[in-house]
Amino acid sequence: MSASNGSGPARFAVVDGSKFYETATGRVHALDGIDLDIDAGEFVAIVGPSGCGKTTLLWAMSGLHPLSGGEVRLDGEKIEGPHPKIGMMFQDANLLPWRTIQKNIEFSFEITKRTPDRRRIDELLDRVGLDGCGPKMPNELSGGMQQRASIVRALAFDPDVLLMDEPFGALDAFTRDDMNVLVERIWLETQKTIILVTHSIPEAVLLSNKVHVMGARPGRMISEFDIPFERPRPLELVETREFFDLVNEIKAEIRHQMTPDGTHV
Amino acid sequence: MSTKTLDKIPEFDASEEVAHGASGVGDMSSFASGTGKRSAAEFAAILLVAVVVIGGLEAYLRIRDVPDYIFPTPSAIASALWSEFPTIWPHLVDTVFQFAIGYSIGAAVGILLAATITQAPFAEKIIAPYILILVTTPMLALVPLLILNFGFGYAPRVIACALAVGPMVMINSATGFRRVDLGKIALARSYGATTLQTFTKVRVPMAMPMIIVGLMIGAIFGLLTTVGAEMTAGGFGLGSRLTNYSAVLRMPEFFAVLVILSTFGILIYSFFFWLGQRLVGWQS
Repeated sequence: MSASNGSGPARFAVVDGSKFYETATGRVHALDGIDLDIDAGEFVAIVGPSGCGKTTLLWAMSGLHPLSGGEVRLDGEKIEGPHPKIGMMFQDANLLPWRTIQKNIEFSFEITKRTPDRRRIDELLDRVGLDGCGPKMPNELSGGMQQRASIVRALAFDPDVLLMDEPFGALDAFTRDDMNVLVERIWLETQKTIILVTHSIPEAVLLSNKVHVMGARPGRMISEFDIPFERPRPLELVETREFFDLVNEIKAEIRHQMTPDGTHV
Repeated sequence: MSTKTLDKIPEFDASEEVAHGASGVGDMSSFASGTGKRSAAEFAAILLVAVVVIGGLEAYLRIRDVPDYIFPTPSAIASALWSEFPTIWPHLVDTVFQFAIGYSIGAAVGILLAATITQAPFAEKIIAPYILILVTTPMLALVPLLILNFGFGYAPRVIACALAVGPMVMINSATGFRRVDLGKIALARSYGATTLQTFTKVRVPMAMPMIIVGLMIGAIFGLLTTVGAEMTAGGFGLGSRLTNYSAVLRMPEFFAVLVILSTFGILIYSFFFWLGQRLVGWQS
């Protein structure tokens, strides 16, 4: 993407990451011995049963909360708090409803007291099909359009790493397909390092180069699957035998983590 | 009423939908869903009903020959308003002055207190019972005590007004500040926002609808208390005119003062309606 004028993509790693929570009912061991090594410009997905700590891991990687043990490293630099090279997309669009789309996108610049790159923002809005939507309020936009605005917001300050926390969970199937196509296109154009946390295994397989499977209680890495399909990947890919088999293999791996009555081990 | 639509499906009259949406007390949609465009027919109907109600009252009172001291005719009230206005005017100034000072103090303290104690849940637990006592105690009852302590000047009325306004503003604003959306706060923090930035750019806008509700309820309570205090303390202010005129059975003048007071109340309501539309129109 020509708008990508920041530094190149980054190598991102979690080294022996663990996390404990103190709750009213006692100590929760949320993450244990997480090792994750993500190459610069790679697109990885993290899947796992609900409650396995996917989101906890992602928030730790974004610097939003600290790990109890181990560390997160970006190009060798230890991440100890929110970092300007790491962009985060949250569950749902998470737009601030009292700000226009333009003001939402410029929010990060306002916080860091930098002048927003209007040309870049306009270009991004244009690419995701939101040209002219800047002055609109979020509630004037459909769910899919809000999600597009949220993507622009995450890309506006040109981070090297983009963390996506179940961003399309609330969208209907068709809009979700649209978003998947858009995200792949953006990744192909920008070659940013993207880490996608999702409940949808087909989504993980469709988008990523590598799917990491997590197990629950404590959350840990169980296995990883290389996704060999060529880019760009058409939506029809999901109907092929190879895709289907790979999705089922990953599903079986996750189900393996659960006891027959559906609870986690 | 949220009118979320799918991609590329046109919206049909979303504004109509909003305007007809149900709204309860304290529901900010009553602010946001403004009666923006009023058609000529609607306006005529509203005017017609007003004419029928006031004209009917006038006719009824005349036909039944109801004496002025029982219930004055609208025309008598109007003429009293006209002729007595120069006498009433200084009292109106007093009332507005006392209300403005008491309200400003009460509202400022209320918002500040709400903003600070909601950041410390433990402190909130300690303070909450006292706030509840202040909210439920009629501040009018304190006026004789305040007069004993502060004399017959402006002070006891201003204090009573502030005491009535503060807790109302506080309790509503606190509800607003407690509305925490972790995702939005995390968003600000992910950009490296300071605590102060998170507060001013996320928490305050999120609390704004409830702050405005608090400011409006507080204003109405403050006006009631100011006038009540004037009735008790006497001497000056619109409240003192109410007691004076009714004592000497000058009911048209009494009602003229009431008309001024309700006009003032409606102005307060309209102001906050306008403010709500400006600041928290995004809610609908």
